[in-house]
Amino acid sequence: MDTADQEHSRRRWLTYLLGTSLGASLVSFLYPILRYVVPPVSSEPSLSEIELDVKASDILPNSGRIVPFAGKPVILFRTAAGELKALSATCTHLACTVQFRGDRSDIWCACHNGVYDANGTNISGPPPRPLTKLDVAVRGEKIVIRRA
Amino acid sequence: MSSDGPERRAAAARLSPAAWLRDRIGWDGIAHLAAKKEVPVHRYTLLYYLGGMALFLFLVQVATGILLLLYYRPSAAEAFESVQYIMAEVPFGWLIRSIHSWGANLFVGVVILHMASVFFLKAYRAPREMTWISGVLLLFLALGFGFSGYLLPWNTLAFFATKVGTDVPAQIPGIGLLLSRILRGGSDVTGATVSRFYGIHVAILPAITTLLLGVHLVLVQQKGMSVPLSVEGTKPRTMKFVPDFLLRDMVGWLIAVGLLAGLAAFLPWELGQKAEPFAPAPAGIRPEWYFLSMFQFLKYLPAEIAGIPGELLGILFFGALAAILVLVPVLDRGASRGQPSPWWNRLALVALAGALVLTFLALLPPPGQVKP
Repeated sequence: MDTADQEHSRRRWLTYLLGTSLGASLVSFLYPILRYVVPPVSSEPSLSEIELDVKASDILPNSGRIVPFAGKPVILFRTAAGELKALSATCTHLACTVQFRGDRSDIWCACHNGVYDANGTNISGPPPRPLTKLDVAVRGEKIVIRRA
Repeated sequence: MSSDGPERRAAAARLSPAAWLRDRIGWDGIAHLAAKKEVPVHRYTLLYYLGGMALFLFLVQVATGILLLLYYRPSAAEAFESVQYIMAEVPFGWLIRSIHSWGANLFVGVVILHMASVFFLKAYRAPREMTWISGVLLLFLALGFGFSGYLLPWNTLAFFATKVGTDVPAQIPGIGLLLSRILRGGSDVTGATVSRFYGIHVAILPAITTLLLGVHLVLVQQKGMSVPLSVEGTKPRTMKFVPDFLLRDMVGWLIAVGLLAGLAAFLPWELGQKAEPFAPAPAGIRPEWYFLSMFQFLKYLPAEIAGIPGELLGILFFGALAAILVLVPVLDRGASRGQPSPWWNRLALVALAGALVLTFLALLPPPGQVKP
């Protein structure tokens, strides 16, 4: 190997070292930034049951309301037949909050016109899945909601 | 002798203040460029003012946005109240905020018109492909500004629009949920989303926009104004950019300021109701007008098409449209050879008509609306 070749291969080696160390530095700068941008997973409240500050008699037949349950909205309603029901109020389409329509006894999402029946089954519009059911019980006067 | 020798320094000391400054800053090059810049005059010259108008409206947004920063507070507890304070208590706060809101809509509108005129005049053909691509990216940034700014007053409409808008990327298999979390600053739209959108709206997007706008403007200066194919062979007459075109530009800007002030005074931008995360989405919920066609399209998509989730197909469809829009100068072979491309015009007209029809349908009252 003559000197020019030696020079050349030494230069290539140096360029390689410089390149990889610059690359490694860049990765070491970017990694914490990328991790920083993703919010930490907060320990979701693992509530499995809550007692609402709502009297069972306050929910009239064919009416409903939204109540918070473990940080998420839940729709609590009474059917025309008098049965109390609770379903997740987060629309399975694009996560809007649904509402109970007394005049049609169904559950409606105003964002994209999705409709569910009183069992939470998606019956028209874009929602792909039914709403998750929750158990409702009446303890004394108070309503208790629990994961099914 | 070096150029900074004692003789030169002595000569510089004798210069007038203006000459001294010119010597230090060296603006002769810029002045020379400005004096040389010319604008072709033909039947479509009016369309050349749209770019300058978009730039002006952007600067209005920067100025009013900076003013809003002085009072706005980015948190779920204070955002709504601080905007209410700006609208009701701060002298001329209503004016600044209404101009910012109206200006945002006017800006997006003008950018869309600017893009449509560039499209139909085939100004994207060689050698201006990069100018078009930087311009389309600036349009996407403008939409990002619109989407992120919409949430900042923390009202009901904005809350649900953001819920939907940040749930759309969640439908992408694999990285979707992560993307949605990054956008929301958590698993739900909360005060954390407000802080995040605030940072995006006032720092991240402005920084990217400044860079890209710089590139776009430099490219426009380097390549000069494009003339439409029908005019290309005819050697149109020209007018000087400074002062002839610039003064006409400024007349347009003055009219825009008048329009913005008029809109702000007679139709002050509404604030609506404070966002209530545990209330159902109200009837008649919809996003800003420039997202209405997409919003309406999402309503018509069934839950599943051939086993693929409808939302995912929607995202793929809009993604493909965006990619085509960026790559128009590469895909339109006719225009790149300097020939008319009527099929691209027809395609664009169909797309525009589709977007208009969907927007109109979205403005109709929703069929399931509950009577109050």
